[in-house]
Amino acid sequence: MECVFGLVGNGFAIVAADTSAVHSILVHKNNEDKIMLLDSHKLIAASGEPGDRVQFTEYVQKNVSLYQFRNGIPLTTAAAANFTRGELATALRKNPYSVNILMAGYDKEAGASLYYIDYIATLHKVDKGAFGYGSYFSLSTMDRHFRSDMSVEEAIELVDKCIVEIRSRLVIAPPNFVIKIVDKDGARTHAWRQSVQDVTTASV
Amino acid sequence: MSIFEYNGSAVVAMVGKNCFAIASDRRLGVQLQTIATDFKRISKIHDRLFIGLSGLATDVQTLYQRLVFRHKLYQLREERDMKPETFASLVSAILYEKRFGPYLCQPVIAGLGEDDKPFICTMDSIGAKELAKDFVVSGTASESLYGACEAMYKPDMEAEELFETISQALLSSVDRDCLSGWGGHVYVVTPNEIKERILKGRMD
Repeated sequence: MECVFGLVGNGFAIVAADTSAVHSILVHKNNEDKIMLLDSHKLIAASGEPGDRVQFTEYVQKNVSLYQFRNGIPLTTAAAANFTRGELATALRKNPYSVNILMAGYDKEAGASLYYIDYIATLHKVDKGAFGYGSYFSLSTMDRHFRSDMSVEEAIELVDKCIVEIRSRLVIAPPNFVIKIVDKDGARTHAWRQSVQDVTTASV
Repeated sequence: MSIFEYNGSAVVAMVGKNCFAIASDRRLGVQLQTIATDFKRISKIHDRLFIGLSGLATDVQTLYQRLVFRHKLYQLREERDMKPETFASLVSAILYEKRFGPYLCQPVIAGLGEDDKPFICTMDSIGAKELAKDFVVSGTASESLYGACEAMYKPDMEAEELFETISQALLSSVDRDCLSGWGGHVYVVTPNEIKERILKGRMD
């Protein structure tokens, strides 16, 4: 029941992901960050099998850093997305990764962009995208309210509308979400939306 | 559901008088869900040769990258563009290489050969070529496309009439197929120019 979605606004891109780590009927933790910082101006929100998700996104992150070390300049978002697609495509007929990815980034020339990368390595540049059961609700909500060049406040309002929709209509809806944003000032966590917090003190 | 119907697609090519037209739909879906309505299925190999790929989107992208690579290599070695017949044989060979683990796409190739004579062909996912003098179709809407093209086609149409015919055939066929549609992308190629047009059809 992993929910990942994202959209592009005026000079920024926002991605939101649920933060439950689930194994069958057990919730291991509910503050698992599924959106990784690829470099200063890129985010990768991933959903899918937990082992593959962490391993594959870390692999992409390390390769993106390696490119920057070797060549002295960072990869563009389009290049990073195509690299990711290439790795997924090569592995597809040998040892496939079950990870769906939304890659958001900001480049000086291209502005903000969002790439939809399927687990079978379908790549497409989109204005709004979503994965998981939550996509049935978030995509429709975004189709209704999305306009191009929204401000950050409007985009967050739309993200919140999607989260409300998922929470009310998805049967085992994840309780907590993290929202991250990437713009000309870099990639950073914007907010958490938590309705259930981890209990850290033991009751005696 | 068959894996060829996972993403949904419709591609058609028609022969005219010293010109050809190749058209595709624009939907990218994941089974019942529509992800994007601006997916490019037709790609230019060189100014007089186009390939439209229907089928699984990830293989469409991988196969396209491999074919562009092979054509660029050919251009470097031979210092000229590939003839459409040669390119068709190349695609057929590349597809048959993967005979027991094929690329899940059906290409439609359209080009202008020697003396500006138009050439079209299609093949199945393992490279069985089918040359035709009038039109070729592929994708989830192929049966509807066969019917529409057979009814609307006449030989030796000029570029404008060919555009009208192929557009009507495409739109009426994808309207009967839930997995393809959301507009059309038509290229009409004459010896002097390439005209690219986007069609607005039923957006559902």
